[in-house]
Amino acid sequence: MKSKSFERIDKRKFDEIRPMKAKVGVVPNADGSALFQFGETVAIAAVYGPKKMHPQHLQNPEKGTLRCNYSMMSFSVAERIRPGPTRRSTEISKIIQWALEPVLLIEKYSNTVIDVHINILQANASTRCAAINAAAMALAHAGIPMKDIVSSVSIGKLDKQLVVDINKYEEDWEDGEGATDIPMSFTGSGEITHIQLDGKISIEELKEAIELGRKAVKKIYEVQKKALKEVINCENGNEQTN
Amino acid sequence: MNKRKAVIPGEVIKEDENSLPGEWTEKKGNKIIALRYGLAEEVGRLIKVIPLSGPYQPRKGNIVIGQVELITFNGWIIDIRTFENAFLPLSEIPRYINKESMEDILDIGDTVIAKVRNVGKRGVELSLKSRGLGRVEEGIIFKINSNKVPRVIGKEGSMINLIKKNTECDIIVGQNGFIWVKGDSIEKELLAKKAIMFVAEKSHITGLTEEIIKWFEKEENEK
Repeated sequence: MKSKSFERIDKRKFDEIRPMKAKVGVVPNADGSALFQFGETVAIAAVYGPKKMHPQHLQNPEKGTLRCNYSMMSFSVAERIRPGPTRRSTEISKIIQWALEPVLLIEKYSNTVIDVHINILQANASTRCAAINAAAMALAHAGIPMKDIVSSVSIGKLDKQLVVDINKYEEDWEDGEGATDIPMSFTGSGEITHIQLDGKISIEELKEAIELGRKAVKKIYEVQKKALKEVINCENGNEQTN
Repeated sequence: MNKRKAVIPGEVIKEDENSLPGEWTEKKGNKIIALRYGLAEEVGRLIKVIPLSGPYQPRKGNIVIGQVELITFNGWIIDIRTFENAFLPLSEIPRYINKESMEDILDIGDTVIAKVRNVGKRGVELSLKSRGLGRVEEGIIFKINSNKVPRVIGKEGSMINLIKKNTECDIIVGQNGFIWVKGDSIEKELLAKKAIMFVAEKSHITGLTEEIIKWFEKEENEK
């Protein structure tokens, strides 16, 4: 990395993720649910389905459909957000859907839809990454066949310094070259399912950022894996054959 | 008995050249990879994942309980709460039917107990040609998680027979999670429902049979 003396606002190392928390089964009514937290950013995801798609003209007879719905709670940030869909939330919903679709094995679930509702309870940047992490866990918890789990992280470039998991203060960085925000998602085996870029970056630095992201998601993957296994082990601690 | 372990999708269960991929697993090189969240089990060389959640997977020979969704010219479409349509053709009704009055046999919204005759590319085919199948006329119906059905039935039906004996109710457990209960009084039916819900909730406990016997004794004392 460029400068060694660089210090982040919350004293984190440049490759340090904010404290993470993951929990499965937070919405008992849903078929699958999960909570994922990066520091002050909290996302909660609930999965319903597969169920028959309505209206009928939206049914796909070739394979199942994934439908994501991202929304921020009105109290998630200091300035109240008007509830309801916005340009931004519709776009992020679509992006989450694209990030998760490659790992789902839903060819057999023709004419059905899997609904994923994601709410941001509290936001301090990287909400889409927290949302993808929560949604991937919720989908696994709902028993949807999947090739892999998706983990997501945002890489930022503050002036010339690459950092992992940016917060709101860093997102609004204005010194030097300004802030570049690169949210990216990887499967457990390290394949990219989603990458976005908001700002300016050279090709070399982008490659460096991707490698940094690939390293960072390994820690996120472990957190997701631990949370998912905990539920089974505590429910079926003394599992017996039937 | 083989030990079971929790796995998540994409996790490598075992790296072994000789292992074979079973249900919900795939083999990549010499790695056996899980394709679903659940418990991995190794039986001989075969490794499979037992799902703990997710939709009901219809299998040939299963008894299912569903609702009539639609009447077509040659049969009925039954909703058995799975991802595929279940079709009950006219030919699978064990008696003569006048095509003009199909709704007299099964009308839209009726609950029916049926058997899965075949699971093919076109979906699930049901049959009523067996004893105890047909339209539900009386009793109560409720739903549990279909993945817990084996626990409610128990080893060779031990659990369900115990509940039947203690509540004096007639019970049919559909593999899709729907359960039909019929007793002489509504109290007995509700007791049976309570007992089944208890089993479904505590499905992870070892020695569940002893637990349910104790539960019945407690219920008896409270009366």
